[in-house]
Parts: sequence; structure tokens; C-alpha cells
Amino acid sequence: MPAPKRKIPEPDPLSPGPGHVVLLVGTVKGLFLLESSPARRRWKASGPYFRGSSVYAAAWDGRDGRRRIWAGPSSMHFGAELCWTDDFGAKWKRPATPLLRFPQPSGAALKHIWQISPGRDDRPESLYCGVEPSALFESRDAGKSWELNDGLWNHPHRAKWMPGGGGLCLHTVLVDPARAGRLTVASSTGGVYRTDDGGKSWRARNQGVRAEFLPDPFPEFGQCVHKIVQHGARPGRLYLQNHWGLYRSDDSGDSWQDMANGVPSDFGFCMGIHPRDPDRVFIVPLHSDGFRCVPEGKLRVYATRDGGESWSPLSRGLPQRDAFETIVRDAFAVDSLDPAGVYFGTRSGKLFGSRDEGSRWELLRDGLPAIVCVRAAVVGARPSVRKRAARKRQSRKAA
Amino acid sequence: MPVMILIPGPLRPFSAGRDRLRLERSPGTVGEALAELAAVYPGVRDRVVTEQGEVRPHINVFVSGENIRDDSGLSTDVPEGSEIAILPAVSGG
Repeated sequence: MPAPKRKIPEPDPLSPGPGHVVLLVGTVKGLFLLESSPARRRWKASGPYFRGSSVYAAAWDGRDGRRRIWAGPSSMHFGAELCWTDDFGAKWKRPATPLLRFPQPSGAALKHIWQISPGRDDRPESLYCGVEPSALFESRDAGKSWELNDGLWNHPHRAKWMPGGGGLCLHTVLVDPARAGRLTVASSTGGVYRTDDGGKSWRARNQGVRAEFLPDPFPEFGQCVHKIVQHGARPGRLYLQNHWGLYRSDDSGDSWQDMANGVPSDFGFCMGIHPRDPDRVFIVPLHSDGFRCVPEGKLRVYATRDGGESWSPLSRGLPQRDAFETIVRDAFAVDSLDPAGVYFGTRSGKLFGSRDEGSRWELLRDGLPAIVCVRAAVVGARPSVRKRAARKRQSRKAA
Repeated sequence: MPVMILIPGPLRPFSAGRDRLRLERSPGTVGEALAELAAVYPGVRDRVVTEQGEVRPHINVFVSGENIRDDSGLSTDVPEGSEIAILPAVSGG
């Protein structure tokens, strides 16, 4: 007689108050949410949501008084979809017709959602999604409707982009807070592309970034960029973790300079940036592309305080023996509190956190499925209905 | 005899909890049957086929026990009284 199939109870949703920190932890088997008071000493967890689906992308949208969590679960059977909750997981909205759909003439079908990025603060209705196959989708109505960005999709380079280990994915979307219409994206492979006209035209921005897997080590495009971060206070400064190579740009990606000064390896995936200091960046180096584990079995975050001139390990509280851990491109996050909280997840399902900017680490959760995405948010106070209506009017005018 | 489409458990949130749909008109092919399904439960159809109208790689559709991949795909004939079963493949999460 077959054993009965057990029903998993629905998770209890979180109810964080203003100022609380919420972590969005995407894994290959669902999304977990964690919350803590600003002290970040004790964490309450909830999940998994979207059980059995991989969640490579999640995002917090606190603009315009929202408390919205976006997630992009991908079911092996039923495809990828974009979902959201406005009450920390009590109810997820899953539109019957998936929001992201390639138009018929494109001939493409959505495989995974790799990045969900809220747009500029002064455009609180704008959102972007980077997807696989490599493409950018944009919403101008807070996610109700989405359009494929034709400028990038029809770019003549696109036919020559090749899939990396994770597939041909557009995994990074950076919205320039200082210059309207400027957007930087990164695709593996393909490299860095930038638009200065709101997405109508795009130019490859890979000068100085190497591609060890191509005959020409410095091609115009085709690089396997793993992650780029940008600081709101100095948006022209970008940091890039490449498939071999650590780079900095001071001219919005027009040129890149090597900054792998004193790291055990310049191979890696993830990057984080300090919320108040544009010179301070976090990485987790991996041994090599052939052995994607931290070097020497020592789990170390490396940080620079001088824009990449020098790097130091941050390892207090992290395992320093037989730790064959892998941290993937989006499994790293920094919160906006002071001192900043820093978090990362491993392919072996461990979630680490530091409440003092990486000086000391703690294991926040163990035994999770492989972690592929970590995002940190600080919950804001809810503005009054009148204030929200006024903001909405203002943003409509700006649009 | 009406044609019946069987809806797998994970897709029932998109079919108001129902496990089957009885088609009043007899569809000629599986593609036509899925079009009728979409008219009633678009969320089910969109999770069975991609936006390009192709059956998703890890979904199998059977007409009276025969996998349509071994026949004519979405052009497979649907005889009157058939049962169309939508089943997730053995892969999974």
C-alpha cells in the first residue's frame, strides 16, 4: 500500500515593524524570509514559499510607502513567474497569466528570472527584470504590465552571446540615480551594456575586462561578467566581479581598471557595497573556475576600504578549515543600518550574517537548500494615505 | 461523448480547485483542446505551454494514455470521449 503523501503546512507569515530588517533568501527549493529587530541578534524565519521552485531573484520595494516583496520562482515543470506579497508572505499574488512573456515575434520563451530591480526613487512605478534568455523587461506601472526592451533584444551583438554555466542570463540591472535614462546591465556571457537614452540604444562597455575563454582576451563584448555593484552617492563608480578579474570603473563603465590587489583569487561571483561608503566593497573569492570553492577551505569575505587599492579578509566567526563553500552571484547582501549588516548564503545552505560590517560573523541558519539569492531590507514606516496619494500624483507627473 | 481534460494538483490553484474540465464541444486536436482550456482557465494553459505555444519540456500530455510527443504533438487527434491527461514529468523540485 503506498505511503500517504504528507501535506506541508503553510508557513506563518512574518510581521516586522518599522525599522526591522527582513532578509529575502532565495534557494533552489523555495524562498525563505527572516526578520529581526534593528539589533539583529535574533532572527525569526518563515518559509519556504514556492516549495520546489528555485528562486534566483527576489527584491524589496519600499518606495512610495510600499512594503512589497517580489520573487521570481521558477518551476522545472511549469516555468517561471513573477509574484509579489504586500504582507510578508501572508498572501502571494500569482497572476494567472504570467507577467513576463516574450512577445511572439521574438520566438523566445522565459526560462528564469535572474534579477528584479526597482527603478529610480523618483519613478516609484518603474521596475526592471533581467531574465534568461538574456533580456531586459521593464514595467512603468509598478509591475502590472511589462514590456521586453527591444533596444537590447535587437542588439546585433546578442546573437553572439554564449550561455555560461548558469545559462544565458541577464543578471544585473543598475539604475543610475543621478542621470535619468542611464541604465547598466550585465549578461553572462555578453558582458556590460549601457544605455543613456532610457533603453532605446545600448553600447557594450567592456574596455579593460578580460575574457580568458576567448581567443582575443579583451574583446568588445562576450565577457562573462558575474556581478556589478554601484553606490548611490557616487553612481559613476562601478565595481565588477568577473569570471577571472576584479575591476573598478570611475567613468560609468567606459573603461575598467584591474583592482585585484592582494586577494587570494580574482575569481568569484558575488559583490556587496557599503550603504554609506562608496570606497567599501565586499567580495568572496573562489579558488578558480575549475574548482568553485573558497580557497584553502577557508571561508573568508574580503573587503576593501579604499576603492580596491587593497583588500583584507574578514573571517572572524567563519569556518577556517575544510569549508568547501560556494557563494553565487546574488547570494550576498548589505543592509542600510549603521553599522551595516552584511549577509551571505552558500550552496550548502548556510546563511551567515554580521551586524558589525563584517568584523564578526554568525551562522544565522543552516540546513537550507542551496542558497542562490540574498536580499536585505529595512522596513519603513507606513506613510499616511494622503501622503501616498500625493506621491502617486507627483510620480505620474514626473513620468 | 465529451472530452475530459485532467488537471494536475499543482495547477489547481488556477482552476478554482477543479481536477478536470469537461469540454462541451469536441476538439479536433490537442492544440484546440488547450485553446478551450485557456478560455476557461488561462493560468493552467500558460503553465502547460510556453508563450510560444510549445508544451513545456518537463510536462507530458497524454491522449487516452498515449504521449502526444510520440504522436503529432499539439496536432495529435482527440477522438470523442478521450481523456487528456496533463502530467508533470518525473523531474522536479
